[in-house]
Amino acid sequence: MTLSSTTAPPVPPGPPPRAAVRETPTWKQRLFRAEEKGAPYAYIAPFFILFIAFGLFPLVYTAWISFYEQKLGSSTSTWVGLDNYRWLFENPKFFNSLWKTLTIGLLSTVPQLLFAIGLAHLLNYRMRGRTFFRVSMIMPYATSVAAATLVFAQIFGRDTGFANWVLSFFGVDAIDWRNGDWTAQIAIAVIVTWRWTGYNALIFLAGMQSISQDLYESASIDGANRWQQFRHITLPGLRPTILFTVVVSTIGATQLFAEPLLFGGGTADGGALNQYQTVTLFMYQQGWSFGFLGRAAAIAWVTFLIIILLVLLNTWIARMRDRDPAEAAAKRARKNAAKGTGR
Amino acid sequence: MTATTTSVRQAAIAAPAPAGGKRRRYRAPDQAGVLTYIALGITAFLFIVPFYYMIVAGSRPMAEMNQTPPPWLPGPDLWSNMVKAFQQQNIGLAIWNSLLTSVAITAATLLFCTLAGFAFAKLRFKGKNVLFGITIATLMIPPTLGVVPLYKVMSDLKLTGNLWSVILPTMVTAFGVFFMRQYLVQTLPDEILEAARVDGATSTRAFFSIVLPIARPGMAVLGMLTFMTAWNEFFWPVIALNSSNPTVQVALNNLGSGYVPDQSVIMAGTLVGTLPVIVVFLLMGRQIVNGIMAGAVKG
Repeated sequence: MTLSSTTAPPVPPGPPPRAAVRETPTWKQRLFRAEEKGAPYAYIAPFFILFIAFGLFPLVYTAWISFYEQKLGSSTSTWVGLDNYRWLFENPKFFNSLWKTLTIGLLSTVPQLLFAIGLAHLLNYRMRGRTFFRVSMIMPYATSVAAATLVFAQIFGRDTGFANWVLSFFGVDAIDWRNGDWTAQIAIAVIVTWRWTGYNALIFLAGMQSISQDLYESASIDGANRWQQFRHITLPGLRPTILFTVVVSTIGATQLFAEPLLFGGGTADGGALNQYQTVTLFMYQQGWSFGFLGRAAAIAWVTFLIIILLVLLNTWIARMRDRDPAEAAAKRARKNAAKGTGR
Repeated sequence: MTATTTSVRQAAIAAPAPAGGKRRRYRAPDQAGVLTYIALGITAFLFIVPFYYMIVAGSRPMAEMNQTPPPWLPGPDLWSNMVKAFQQQNIGLAIWNSLLTSVAITAATLLFCTLAGFAFAKLRFKGKNVLFGITIATLMIPPTLGVVPLYKVMSDLKLTGNLWSVILPTMVTAFGVFFMRQYLVQTLPDEILEAARVDGATSTRAFFSIVLPIARPGMAVLGMLTFMTAWNEFFWPVIALNSSNPTVQVALNNLGSGYVPDQSVIMAGTLVGTLPVIVVFLLMGRQIVNGIMAGAVKG
């Protein structure tokens, strides 16, 4: 950086003398070249240094710690080999937490993405109050997860909760949301869905707006109705966006932590029967409630491997289908429209 | 991982031009019908009503909220509930701490991500594509997984409980680099950079005199998104900080974890902790929407 400040020549008032370029380069020109070559690396260096220090190194170090018995607050650690992993895979609570992560993940991700696609479709219409509706979509995203969960924990209260009051009009008896198995998971899934649906709707909207108008025009000329257009142009055109949101939501679902923690009043048990203890909550409990950092590291590492598997699975499923979604969409629309007019 | 990388790129390329850019090629949408308005209206109501609940519940004594039906309008106790919340948890300090960390994180993110984004967007260097691919791939690694060693390192450095432990790990985001790159690819003309070079400006000088002014609208959006994310960060601060030196989210966690939680006080505290973000949001909501749609990546 200091190099550049010394070499940066003041902008010359007239055009630079041409002849100077062809002569042997002066030290100033050499520095100029060096700066030009080195600058890009200097610009990306902070990102990579910080990423290696606080992203990559901890990840690798996690694997290392997982082979040690490491207590919270003590600086000594003992090599225990695979003991932490053995403990983990013999522990029914670990499998319970994996299972709960999966069920809560499905309960939140699936409705969230379906609602989001529908909302994006509606938001794509020409309308009054467009900005209001769009901004209201991401109000939940702007709310902190702690605030949202505290509000919903009250709404899902047993005796005086707002949810039970509304349900009472439909003849539903008061539900003990927190202590039930599925009810607690549904309540948590509602919080997650509330926070992320609008955000995903905006992502889908962005995807919809990048689909070429020509496709719709030719499809409507060929006689495809609205639903056919949505089914055969919009959905295939959104494929990369859908894949992206599915991957991100999957990763997010494995990280679920604040919702189950605060829904349970700040305890890491995830309910009396661990009925909503997610894997991240389980890791937190082992590491910071019980003080077994080595075990927590083993949990983190296993979670990481699961995430990689899930991402690979997602992309593999996507690859099983067509490569170029836009082209396939056009082909399908044409075929479909031909079918429609052929009648 | 490479497959995911390309898919992320596709998703991003599919996204429209950044805020302010004209989008020409999208489908001229149909006019919305009554049903569309009703459906969107109900959704907007559902998305906003918890905030209203915060205000009503935070401004009444707990006993009143326990009636059926619950009261619909705010009551007179907002101030006293807030005072109680401030007494139970050090919310004043928490807001100050959250401001400090969020501003520091935002400033660092803007500087470093714009630098890297500029390099990836407009400069030529060896290994550029590989390095950018790595950057995108890091988007897939959830930071939660590194908390054990991070905690160990921070406590070895005697930084736990210190705000630096929260600021240091989040000073850059791959999302930010990616976002600024997309923005600069679309808004920074090559000709200007070429002209600056011919005039003898070094890359560094070009960065400060040309790139920064052009990047400013994009940086504003990235800044707001980063600020919001930093303000709302929960997992790592809860581990790294303690109740004597909390951020807002840590204070809310403690408030919600009391043995006999007074719901009204909790709601008043939540309201106070959410307010700064809501203000940012009301002022800049539209730009934030455009930014999310342009970036199309979860921050």
